[in-house]
Amino acid sequence: MRVGLFITCVNDTLYPHTGQAVVTLLERLGVEVGFPPEQSCCGQPQFNTGYRHETEPLVRRYATAFRDYDCIVAPSGSCAAMVRDNYPRIGAKAAAEGRGRELADAAAAVVPRTYELTEFLTDVLEVTDVGAYYPHTVTYHPTCHGLRMLHLGDRPRALLSAVRGLKLVELPGAEECCGFGGTFAVKNPAVSAAMGADKAHNITATGAEAVCAVDNSCQMHIGGTLARQGSTVRPVHIAEILASTEGDIW
Amino acid sequence: MPAFPKAADTSTHNTQLRANLRHATHTIRAKRATAVAELDDWGRLRAAGAAIKDRTLRHLDHYLEQLERAVTAAGGQVHWAADADEANRIVTELVRATGEREVVKVKSMATQEIGLNHALAEAGITAYETDLAELIVQLGDDLPSHILVPAIHRNRAEIRDIFTAKMARWGRPAPDGLTDAPADLAEAARLHLREKFLNAKVGVSGANFMVAETGTLVVVESEGNGRMCLTLPDTLISVVGIEKVVPTFQDLEVFLQLLPRSSTAERMNPYTSTWTGTTDDDGPRAFHLVLLDNGRTDALADTVGRQALRCIRCSACLNVCPVYERAGGHAYGSAYPGPIGAILTPQLRGTQSELDASLPYASSLCGACYEVCPVAIDIPEVLLHLRERVVEGGPASVRGTRAVIKPAKGHAAERAAMRAASWALDHPRVLRSGQRLASRTRRFHPRRLPGPGRAWSDSRELPTVPAESFRDWWQRTRTTTTPRHGDDRNTP
Ligand code: SF4
Repeated sequence: MRVGLFITCVNDTLYPHTGQAVVTLLERLGVEVGFPPEQSCCGQPQFNTGYRHETEPLVRRYATAFRDYDCIVAPSGSCAAMVRDNYPRIGAKAAAEGRGRELADAAAAVVPRTYELTEFLTDVLEVTDVGAYYPHTVTYHPTCHGLRMLHLGDRPRALLSAVRGLKLVELPGAEECCGFGGTFAVKNPAVSAAMGADKAHNITATGAEAVCAVDNSCQMHIGGTLARQGSTVRPVHIAEILASTEGDIW
Repeated sequence: MPAFPKAADTSTHNTQLRANLRHATHTIRAKRATAVAELDDWGRLRAAGAAIKDRTLRHLDHYLEQLERAVTAAGGQVHWAADADEANRIVTELVRATGEREVVKVKSMATQEIGLNHALAEAGITAYETDLAELIVQLGDDLPSHILVPAIHRNRAEIRDIFTAKMARWGRPAPDGLTDAPADLAEAARLHLREKFLNAKVGVSGANFMVAETGTLVVVESEGNGRMCLTLPDTLISVVGIEKVVPTFQDLEVFLQLLPRSSTAERMNPYTSTWTGTTDDDGPRAFHLVLLDNGRTDALADTVGRQALRCIRCSACLNVCPVYERAGGHAYGSAYPGPIGAILTPQLRGTQSELDASLPYASSLCGACYEVCPVAIDIPEVLLHLRERVVEGGPASVRGTRAVIKPAKGHAAERAAMRAASWALDHPRVLRSGQRLASRTRRFHPRRLPGPGRAWSDSRELPTVPAESFRDWWQRTRTTTTPRHGDDRNTP
């Protein structure tokens, strides 16, 4: 099985550590990981702001970059959801506007092979115990895209529960949006900050040392808010927990 | 009205308002979830509700004509109103013809939408709201903030103060020494309103549903005040959006299950009033139905946006929306607040004003609204569709004719930035040199951002740029033998 890693632009630029964790984890599980360097961004910032036409080259780029992989794995719920939910729409609209079926076909070819990391682990590799060790108290924030678009359900929790040394504590109001929402944070700063502040307070109240999520974009907002509130809770991507072992804690 | 972000900025700083909203929405949110979980066929009911509405909307002209025939045959009179002005003119003339100067009103979104009370006031006619929450809003010179609970933003103490200060000006004054106990407040409102019901000769209502085959109108409520307005006056005028029609009486079976559970978390609402035309010696002797378009035909012409017309105004989407919870209903600048307002208002009014163009962005796209909507309106899908209309323009129906609309003003810089970003992202080598530049200069990055990014750094710490991007790490470790983790598992 050839697995292509879609690192996503946010991880690539700001959180390379998460990407390294994904590679470490997958290779430990016996997966051969490839990284097509012609990949870039899924196009979500453009699409979610209304610039559908500007998104099209990125759809095409994704489809080309990952053409030859059996599975595409992304350590980001929102980017995986962007590909799965919106690429078919973008392709269909391009066709409806008389620009041919090429984009729609390209999207159709990659959509069913795209997985968010925890989905790939539990559904494709069929593992919940990835042999990880992480001696910390952790609370889990289910991000909106993971929760409502990808329907990840209990997958991340099941993976975390199998991590040795890890104590999982429930997050009050877990299913409420953290308020990031991509350009929403810039366009509606007051509401975004208010939502983030409430989320950060709930996280601190759990007494956890770290807050875990499947998406570093949400974590950037949550972590930035926590730090501003003077909280010591650290944001960690789930990949970094799952990659940790007794000899090598991330 | 200012654009949404500005109005919301003000309301997020009102701690009393936020506490009131938070308390109310969280309580009803939990109750609704329980009421819905009781039905094991909720998913199928929801699909049925959506399907009935979709089919009706596809053949709306047919069902409206059928409705008109049925209402007329039952002794009612049908009037067609293309927009708010026309609807207000029709109602004003109908009231004038009765010789009355006062009307009692059943809570109605459609009359809020067209600003009927204001139009009547200009013609010297006073409209009395009789729904408890609407009464609070009216006495307080306020605007509704929620579809179902228009005074959701007020707490009991505030309501007591409003009653004490204002009731006398509108009719029977509040009793002396009124407390803020719910029973006392309800009793004060009851005495005040009773006087209105018994004297009124004209009633004005909306309707939750209109049945095409029988010409029957339906109002669903909890207090019974609406029923008084519907049955006591001599003349009843109902102003209803054209999308409220359903084909058959049997279709109500679906909606009368979906609506109360989604809105008040009740298995069945306490009062369901239905009326068909007029009946000799019982109820109003004259019945007028004003069918309101006011942008609905334009929404109908939009194949993505038209699903907003399925809405049954249950308010479930408001109660789960984290943005509504912080911003409050007034920030949305129309009768329709919350997620449904964010997609309905820009379709009914167009996206040309600054406020209307900002509404499709009044969402973090978290998807909670879609999940609870009893008629499965994919609100995030419509938001994205409308965002595209705002920034890129395109074909749309405007007041019934096809037009190509221009992008809304003020997006030129953003468009340029998005195009530049897309171009850079479509050229990974450019992206990569940008990343490298950012890494090399990371020590000099400001802790506070200028321009549109300032809002970000005002409330959050910025992430620090790493010394090396992932793609550089990959290339370095996969092509040389200096892996990051001190072992060789990362080498090819
Ligand atoms: S959009 Fe759906 S959830 Fe919101 S008020 Fe309408 S029917 Fe209810």
